[in-house]
Amino acid sequence: TPALAEKFGLGREALPEEINAWTVEVFPDGKNLPEGSGSVADGEKIFADNCAVCHGDFAEGVDNWPKLAGGEGTLANKDPVKTVGSYWPYLSTVWDYAHRSMPFGNAQTLTVDETYAIVAYILYSNYLVEDDFVLTKDNFLDVEMPNADGFIVDNRDEVEVPKFSEAACMSDCKTDVHITKKATVLDVTPNQGGGEDTAA
Amino acid sequence: MDDKERQGNPATNAALSRRGFLRAGAAVGAMAAGAGAARAEQQPDPLITEVQPWASGWGDGVDATPYGLPIEFEDDVIRRNVGWLTADVISSINFTPIHALDGTITPTGCAFERHHSGAIELKKEDYRLMINGLVDKPLVFTYEDLERFPRVNRTYFLECAANSGMEWAGAQLNGAQFTQGMIHNMQYSGIPLRTLLEEAGITNLGDQIKDKWVYAEGADASSNGRSIPLEKALDDCLVAIKANGEALRKEHGYPVRLVVPGFEGNMWVKWLRRLEVTDEAVQSREETSKYTDTLADGTSRKWTWVMDAKSVVTSPSPQMPIKHGKGPLVITGMAWSGRGHITKVDVSLDGGANWQEARLAEPGADKAVSRFYLEIDWDGSEMLLQSRATDSTGYVQPTKDALRAIRGENSVYHNNGIQTWWVKENGESENVEVSS
Repeated sequence: TPALAEKFGLGREALPEEINAWTVEVFPDGKNLPEGSGSVADGEKIFADNCAVCHGDFAEGVDNWPKLAGGEGTLANKDPVKTVGSYWPYLSTVWDYAHRSMPFGNAQTLTVDETYAIVAYILYSNYLVEDDFVLTKDNFLDVEMPNADGFIVDNRDEVEVPKFSEAACMSDCKTDVHITKKATVLDVTPNQGGGEDTAA
Repeated sequence: MDDKERQGNPATNAALSRRGFLRAGAAVGAMAAGAGAARAEQQPDPLITEVQPWASGWGDGVDATPYGLPIEFEDDVIRRNVGWLTADVISSINFTPIHALDGTITPTGCAFERHHSGAIELKKEDYRLMINGLVDKPLVFTYEDLERFPRVNRTYFLECAANSGMEWAGAQLNGAQFTQGMIHNMQYSGIPLRTLLEEAGITNLGDQIKDKWVYAEGADASSNGRSIPLEKALDDCLVAIKANGEALRKEHGYPVRLVVPGFEGNMWVKWLRRLEVTDEAVQSREETSKYTDTLADGTSRKWTWVMDAKSVVTSPSPQMPIKHGKGPLVITGMAWSGRGHITKVDVSLDGGANWQEARLAEPGADKAVSRFYLEIDWDGSEMLLQSRATDSTGYVQPTKDALRAIRGENSVYHNNGIQTWWVKENGESENVEVSS
């Protein structure tokens, strides 16, 4: 095995311009947020031009494209509707993801102010701010995300692993074995012809 | 070889014309076997008694196929997608044909894909890897730089966090390819991530490694940024430049991807462009909106990184009906665990009432797929086939009901519940659930 603490002298020092160009992620505490601002009103127009074709005029989602608004109080339902308003814990993620990876197919084209405006409009669509709201770097952390406390760190080691590490039954483990569900009832599996698979 | 080449090749044309004949021959053989004791009346097999074209003429020259594809008769062993699962095919998933494979290594050409903004084309010449953040000296590497670091070879499974996710609420898709096929298992050649982080220097962190993170992101538009605990990064993660002996396929991250053994596939960032050492998790889209697991009470687990022990019988299965009738039957499947290596796989023929230990083809390997076999003498009656994996930590693969009792039905991810195939008397199988 190689001596891992050894340095090989490979690569070169990254320049500040290069680090800045790629280090654009925004942290929950607002770290890395650039100076800027955007209003709900500006956001509505930018959203209509760049986002509504998939996400709907009111961020409610078109067809199978993601809904960005709605679904409040549905997380414990049989079919939860998970949106920015109902599910996302941090506003930083909305800003970061929209800025870096949206619009789908034309990412990294939104300016900083446009991103603030779109995020403001998404907040408005979720009834989290008024229609005269202006989102800025300075008031960013004042926005309360409804599901901010809705997440727990993986607790499988406590609530599952002990239970699933008991000695397994090998014989006469059940007395009544009967079929409860069948996939063919739904019949949503693509055909197996190869290459021509389409939605059922 | 495409159709054009095929048509231009006399030897292959001869093979094509024989296909119908071969099938007819096989049917005659089956009828003769069905006739039972009428062995004396069986006709000599013309495949044996007559000189076949391939035993007389030429096959392909060595210049016919500089880089070959599987023979055409295997054209059902392909990736498949399910249109209704996602809004489009760019941010989507397809499935490895695990029903038809054997052994443990997944052929790269049919190993599943999951992209969030498509499979991008990134030349080695254009490739850059940056390491920045809480390091002594931020660095930029070219692909050529990476090739000069000491390398290791390791075989690991990559399972999508959403593998079997459509099956949480019940039996839905009919085939192991669709229900368990968001997985591949490859041998990677790469540089320990630790080597690269130490090249940038993490001495300034002192003993504070436990609370630190590495944020990894790709060069594609989605970026797929994920926060990985620094402890894991320094343990067994690799920056891979080869898979199964050759360069990564474009769709698997060419020229460089991250390998995060045992952890959910989403974290195996493809087209890896940057690793940033940070003192907090970014809580990116892929670890808040996605890859978080909602429980019955509406709260959600985050950072569910490890893929728990799991297995599936790949044959017989819905796409692999029993066609040979009663008698010797090979039951085979695959098992894996993100917590260690597979030590045992049990198989039940009666829906979990009784179990027998299957045979592992090789000793289990850490965070890699194991192949198991159970040879039985099938009497032609119905079976409810299940497999149950045990890993080196003693964890035993749970039933779907046991998981749902803790999590409910809306976790989306991390479904490692026991799969049941209902094998019918005619040899066909169906994806079902059974009473617990």
